[in-house]
This record gives sequence, C-alpha cells and structure tokens, in this order.
Amino acid sequence: MTNIRLDQRIIYNIIEPGSKVLDLGCGDGELLSFLVKEKNVKAQGIELNEEAIYQCVEKGLSVFHGDIESGLSGYPDDCFDYVILNQSMQEVKKIEYVMKEALRIGKKVIVGFSNFAYFTARVRLFFKGKVPITISLPYSWHNTPNVHFLSIIDFSDFCEEKDIKILKKFYLGKRKTISFFPNLFALNAIFLITVK
Amino acid sequence: MKEKSSLGEVKLEYFTFADKGKKMLLESGQQLGPITLAYETYGKLNKEKTNAILIVHALSGDAHAAGFYKGDSKPGWWDNMIGPGKAFDTDKYFIISSNVIGGCKGSTGPASVNPETGKPFGIGFPMITIADMVKAQKNLIDYLGIDKLLSVAGGSMGGMLALQWFASFPERIHSVIPIATALKHSPQQIAFDEVGRQAVMADPAWLDGNYYGRDKPQRGLAVARMIGHITYMSDKSMEKKFSRKLKEEKYSFKFRTDFEVEGYLRYKGDNFVKRFDANSYLYITKAMDYFDLSGGNLFPENKKYDTRFLVIAFKSDWLYPPYQSQEIVKQLKSRHIDVTYCEIPSTYGHDAFLLEVHEQTRLVKHFLLKTYNSI
Repeated sequence: MTNIRLDQRIIYNIIEPGSKVLDLGCGDGELLSFLVKEKNVKAQGIELNEEAIYQCVEKGLSVFHGDIESGLSGYPDDCFDYVILNQSMQEVKKIEYVMKEALRIGKKVIVGFSNFAYFTARVRLFFKGKVPITISLPYSWHNTPNVHFLSIIDFSDFCEEKDIKILKKFYLGKRKTISFFPNLFALNAIFLITVK
Repeated sequence: MKEKSSLGEVKLEYFTFADKGKKMLLESGQQLGPITLAYETYGKLNKEKTNAILIVHALSGDAHAAGFYKGDSKPGWWDNMIGPGKAFDTDKYFIISSNVIGGCKGSTGPASVNPETGKPFGIGFPMITIADMVKAQKNLIDYLGIDKLLSVAGGSMGGMLALQWFASFPERIHSVIPIATALKHSPQQIAFDEVGRQAVMADPAWLDGNYYGRDKPQRGLAVARMIGHITYMSDKSMEKKFSRKLKEEKYSFKFRTDFEVEGYLRYKGDNFVKRFDANSYLYITKAMDYFDLSGGNLFPENKKYDTRFLVIAFKSDWLYPPYQSQEIVKQLKSRHIDVTYCEIPSTYGHDAFLLEVHEQTRLVKHFLLKTYNSI
C-alpha cells in the first residue's frame, strides 16, 4: 500500500470493496491487481501496449488489447461501478466520446489528469517563453503522448458544460493532497464524476 | 522454470459411438452412425477430473497435436504449445486432442465405408456442420468421464469449434480460447473456400466424389491447397520468405517454376494430396462456410455464464482479420462475460497461430492457471 503512487492510493480509497471496475489505460495492471487482491473487485482493463497486456494476463487480469475508443464499445449501460480514466484522458483523441461512453457504462467515473496551470509551468511559459515541462508533465513538445492539455479549472468548466456532476475532487502535490489554490499548486487532480 | 521438452511417443486412439439404432442426428436433419472419432491424450487426468483441456484443430489438422508417432521425426501440429512446461502444460493438465467428423484422419468421413452399401460414402456422406463436429466430440468427452472441461482451445476452424462448444454446451466448459477465428465466415472467406472446392470438383479425376480405389483428384486438391497457403501468409511474410528469388539463376522463359514462391506452393500442394482426402476438403470447408454464431447465436440459452474467454488475433492475419476477433469480444462484453483480448503484432499472417509460440504461451499459460485456480 505504501509503495503505490499517490494518485493510485487515492483511487484505491475511492473504490468500494466488491465493485466492478474498468480501468481505461490500465498499464501493467498494478492498480487493478491490487484492487482485486485487497478489495475483491471484479476488474477489467483496456490497454494499448502489448507488453503491458502480457503483464496484466500474468497477474490474472482480464484485459482488452486496443485503444480506449475501440475498447469501450459494446458494454451495456451501467455495467461497471467505476470506470477509471487516470492519466489517459490527455492521450485520447475523442475526449467527448470517451467521456460520454465512460459515463454511460460506469455508474461513476474517476478521472485523473496533470494540471497544466501548475505554477512552475506558468513561470516557464511566462519568463522563458517555453512550453511547460513539469514533474507531472515531463515531456517536450515534440515527444509528448498527450494531445490535450488542461487545468483543474478547465476540467471543472468542461463538467459544467457537459452536465456532469462532480462528486469529489482531490488535488495532489508531490507527496500528499493539497487544498491551497489547487489550480496553481496541484500537480495532478482526481475527479469523481457521474451523470447529472 | 522447468526445461520444456517433448511428450515423446504418443498413440492415436479411436472411440466409436452412435451404433445401430442410436444414430446421431445432424443439423441438416440427416442421421449418421456408427461414428468413430480419432483422438489423442497427453498428461494425466486428476482424481477430481478438473484438469482436462480439449484441443480442436484447423481445416487440415488432425488429432495428432503433439509428441511423435513411433519412428516419426516430425511431431504433431501444435507440439510447440503442448507438452511438459509448455503453454498447455502436460505436467499439470490432461490434454485431449480430437479429430472432427467429416475428416480423413481416422474419424468417420466421406472416405469411410457406408455400412448400408459396403462402399465408401463419397458425396453420399451427409452434410455436416461445426455444431455436428462438436456434438460428436461431446460424446467423446462423456465417454472419457469428464463432466466439465477446464478449457477448449483452437485456432482458425479450431477457434470456431471452441466457440461452438460454448454455444452448444456452455455448462460443460470453464473457459474458451478461440485463436485467429471468427463468429461467422465472411463472403471473402466463403469465396476462397468455394474456389478451392471448384478446383477439386473441376478435376476430371474427381468423378463426382467416386474416386476411391482409383486415381485421386490430386491436381484439383493441390490447387485448392495452394490458394489456401496464400491466404495463410501475409504480403510481408511472403516477401521475407521468397521475395522474387529464383529457383535457377535465370528466367526459364517456359512455364516452369521460376520463382521460389511457385516451388513452395507446388510442394505444399503436392504434399497435401498425399495426406488429405479431397471429399473431406469439400465437406469441412462447407461446414466452415455454414458457421454463423453472430446475432446472438453464440448465446442460445438466455442465462448467466461464468465461462472465461481468451481471444487472440494476429495483426497481419487477413484471412481472419482482428476485427472478426473483436466482434467476438464485443458479443461477450454485451453479455457481461469475462474476456481477455490480445492482438499479437505478428507478420506471419494467419499462420501465426502455429508460429508465434512465445507470445501465445505467455497468454495461454497464465489464463489457464487463473481459470484452474478459480474453479
């Protein structure tokens, strides 16, 4: 428990024992297998990376090999208690479609993303005139997997615009959650959302 | 990890059922009996009979999936996947490999003698379907005293048989591993099969299927097999294997086998006719064309299933493209069925299910272990 990442720990704490969970972009399945072991969840993952798929299967997880957009289709409404979209939303091309599908098949959706408005990002852009590179966004403009960049305020506005209800918000610093001017000082944010 | 080794010597066995008065009813409404199925088994059945896995073969396959026949230097067709320490680990599991009815490798098929006439059936053999093949295999599983199989696994037509096992007898299996396969044959797949059948039937030696005891329709079947082999490879794998390499140094400027790819196809065709019956080719390809578990037919019984699935596709497989495997996955998801899907980025085309051992082993081994541990 102590050696898992802060964002994963927060997500772990949100999820109720015994629930059905779909992780979009589940990586090597570390979080999912932890949830299976400790909270007896029924887990399913979607992951594009081939090696990660083998690692998931080795952990006994059920996974779909493909991109998030194609992996989402075919599930009935509300068939998961939680759909996790942690650090993968920025890489998805059709965000509106993915968000709509996630909210359709999941009773609740957990969205985790890096905050583009973090203060060092602002400093770098304002004083150096360079595209931000931060601890949570460590890529250069030319090699980033992210196709969308957003701040905490941006995502709140998006939820407002799309009639999405925000149930909980968590703002993450380097080692713990913070509450002081999150849009300026949070590296990452995690939102628990549902349909209004 | 334990050193992977071969099973060593194995033996073909036979099981006969549907004897007099108890013929098996086929999907077409016709009846067939007595029926013999050729099969092999590897490993040991545990006391609880919970470790049995059924391996089902592709169009031209047979019951000889692993190990060696006495004196043979070539092992069974999936020897790289079945054996001690391998994906289908015979130290852990009891593996049954069954031939299909309609075949020509020891099971009842068009080359068998019709007990009513005392002559080979020929095309008087009743039309059979994938569901009929599975129904026959279920009799074998009953005979072996196995109540519930740990898994049914196979590639290509074997994948169809595995899916049909779920559609026909879901209560008899814990898991299914369909590889490089589809819920139904597409028009393209039917088209290739029909060209193959026409090649056989256009051979003057075919004689409306009554060629037993005479010259076999070798040319037609060889052409059918040559077409088949093209569809099993990919543009890339053919480029790598043959490119435009020549058999001799220069063009012959005659209709001879100038190119290596021509030689390869002829060799494959000629070899195939030695081991396969032309009428079986017609019957089995027709059974594959009739196969259609789309539109909810995969779930004839409207109930909850606890069966687990591992669906495997190969990126360069254009005969059974990955979208067809994804269609299987989609159907399963819609019914809340536990499914894992992997698209292995192989360049071997459809043949990959026989060649990509390392990747498939990683998937199959752990999938089976998880299934075994959760029963």
